Amino acid sequence: MSVCLQDVVVERRGKTVLGPMTLELSDAGFTMVLGPNGAGKTTLLKVLHGVERVSSGSVSWSVPSQTAREGQAYVFQSPIMLRRSVRANLAYPLQLLGLDKADISERVTKWAARIGLSAALDFPAPRLSGGEQQKLALARALIRRPNTLFLDEPCANLDGRSVREIEEILREAVQAGTQIIMTTHDLGQARRLADRVIFVNKGQIEEQAPATAFFNAASSLGASAFLNGDIVE
Amino acid sequence: MIRLMAILLTLVGAAAQGETLRLAATTSFNNSGLSDVLLPAIAQDLGLEVQLLVVGTGQAIRLGQAGDVDAILVHSKVAEEAFVAAGYGVHRREIMYNDFIIIGPSADPAGVASAQTAIDAFQRIAVDQSMFISRGDDSGTHKKELSLWTAAQQNLAKFTTWYKAVGAGMGASLNSASAMDGYIMADRASWLNFGNKGTLKLLFAGDPMLFNQYAYLPVSPDRHVHVNAEAAWALENWLVSPRAKQIINGYKIGGEALFVFNARP
Amino acid sequence: MSEIWAGIAEAFRLIWSLDEDLIDITIRSLKVSLTALFIACTLALPFGTWLAIRRFRYRRFAIAALNALMGLPPVVVGLIVYLLLSRSGPFGVMGLLFTPTAMIMAQVIIITPLIASITHQAMRELWSEYHDLLISFNTTKQQRISALIWDGRRTLMTAALAGFGRAIGEVGAIMIVGGNIDQVTRVLTTAIALETGKGDFALALGLGFILIALSLVVNLTIHTLSRTEREGRW
Repeated sequence: MSVCLQDVVVERRGKTVLGPMTLELSDAGFTMVLGPNGAGKTTLLKVLHGVERVSSGSVSWSVPSQTAREGQAYVFQSPIMLRRSVRANLAYPLQLLGLDKADISERVTKWAARIGLSAALDFPAPRLSGGEQQKLALARALIRRPNTLFLDEPCANLDGRSVREIEEILREAVQAGTQIIMTTHDLGQARRLADRVIFVNKGQIEEQAPATAFFNAASSLGASAFLNGDIVE
Repeated sequence: MIRLMAILLTLVGAAAQGETLRLAATTSFNNSGLSDVLLPAIAQDLGLEVQLLVVGTGQAIRLGQAGDVDAILVHSKVAEEAFVAAGYGVHRREIMYNDFIIIGPSADPAGVASAQTAIDAFQRIAVDQSMFISRGDDSGTHKKELSLWTAAQQNLAKFTTWYKAVGAGMGASLNSASAMDGYIMADRASWLNFGNKGTLKLLFAGDPMLFNQYAYLPVSPDRHVHVNAEAAWALENWLVSPRAKQIINGYKIGGEALFVFNARP
Repeated sequence: MSEIWAGIAEAFRLIWSLDEDLIDITIRSLKVSLTALFIACTLALPFGTWLAIRRFRYRRFAIAALNALMGLPPVVVGLIVYLLLSRSGPFGVMGLLFTPTAMIMAQVIIITPLIASITHQAMRELWSEYHDLLISFNTTKQQRISALIWDGRRTLMTAALAGFGRAIGEVGAIMIVGGNIDQVTRVLTTAIALETGKGDFALALGLGFILIALSLVVNLTIHTLSRTEREGRW
């Protein structure tokens, strides 16, 4: 499943936040979207996922739109929990897909175990810790077996252990064939996970390269400064 | 769809049982307690369930005009005659009368207790400008009160703050008079049955000008085809019968008879 | 003050003696108000929720109008319903005037805006919380409304109970459209008005205390049935 942005522009309050941008993403594995604050990384992700409207240009998938929508999932920077139990949160997307009870139950049990919340299945999700909530959000996204998973700085504000656990789950997902498109502030995490990097600055893609090439010899000024740890304006 | 809703709604509502008649009567008729005695007797003798709506004379006449009730029982001759003349009522049938009395604070600043006539009493109140509570609701009682002010040669437009029109039924108006310690003209029946007298006392009564005639008016079936004309006619005959005469004349509060039956068969 | 004690004593006496008239008007009060509540909720809950999530041009005006309708004087509603149901009115043939049905209709009109407004406010908050997630899940409008109503059910219950309180204490409108007819359309509030008018304050107060107690019982029952406090961890 691949997605293509064609001359996309996103304007907010008269200002151009993103674009004009043309981009195609089709490769499996980890695509990291890097860039300074306010560069437009989150906007790019939302445009790809279809929850942000474009002012001009088009977003198209290689499969019919219904299949495309069902094949995607999104994890927000701040986990959004339904005011229900852990179990109900995990089951919700499957109920939307209309799966039968036995199937749902099986997947819910499996994923609860995977994220270490088997004992907390009936616990109210909003009362979990930050790390637990984000793991739950990730499980809830992956439980639908999406083709493409978007993550917006999923590990911001999380402790080291949660970060490790989440990265492990992501690696497993990639091995199972999921395409992951992810933004992060953590350069270390980017180095650990990325197969390729898209560097975004001031709403434009300044550089697009395989991971090793990017980290060893970034060509654009902005990317070099960013990797150096300088403030990019 | 509307029809279905109507059917459903009617099923939810109370189902009528037996023969019923809707009668709009004045608050003074109900407050006297006479209706509590008459209605069971009517049910027993005629098998007729009278649904009594207790409203002011003005509203009773309005309901009769709209055809929302089958008959009215009020005490305002002028309004009644207009009602019949306009074709809303079949005729008016006098049933009984009671009297109005003047009530006021036991201190009686205007000296009403020593008045010779009703007009005299009203004049004293106007001169003294003592607090006076008026029904102010276009009811039979209210109209009677207004006619007395006119007879006493008083101009309502010149009345100042001592004259308070509360726009309410007999009971509520008596409550106001009790609370404000003011004069008020009420029907004897409502007064005797009133539970919140405070420092109010009966100060003047007996002048024939204060007699209050109640009449029964069936709503015209020519105007409103759906009214229960047979039941209204049956009730009318009952109300002028010796049986009704016995109950009405025999109805007493504290040993005092309230109403005088004066229907002609 | 002595009147209030007399009222309390009267309330106990009426309940203790299982006064027939009292039972009659109490059951009718509950029937009318609970039916009105049920109908109003079926209208107001989905509408309030829909209004919270739907964006359209005159939305702000619709919300302002809804909040304004909450301030509708019940007597005015009663008058309008009377004119509609009167024999001389458009729906006179249905013969609904002076029946409990007319009272239910008036109460529905009065409490629906209240319930819808509270619902809308609650759902708006919840929607802003769930917005990104439910859009990401590609839910239909129907699914969104269901999720919001289910997860917001505690607040909706508060809205419903507010509506019930308004209904059970209402007197002006149902006096006009019901006529306060003994054994037919007399309820607790209209009986209180009647007894007050007669100057029988003790009885009026007694009925009033019974009305309050009734309202308490209903509220407590609903809260207990939905186990609000036990599951208050949400």
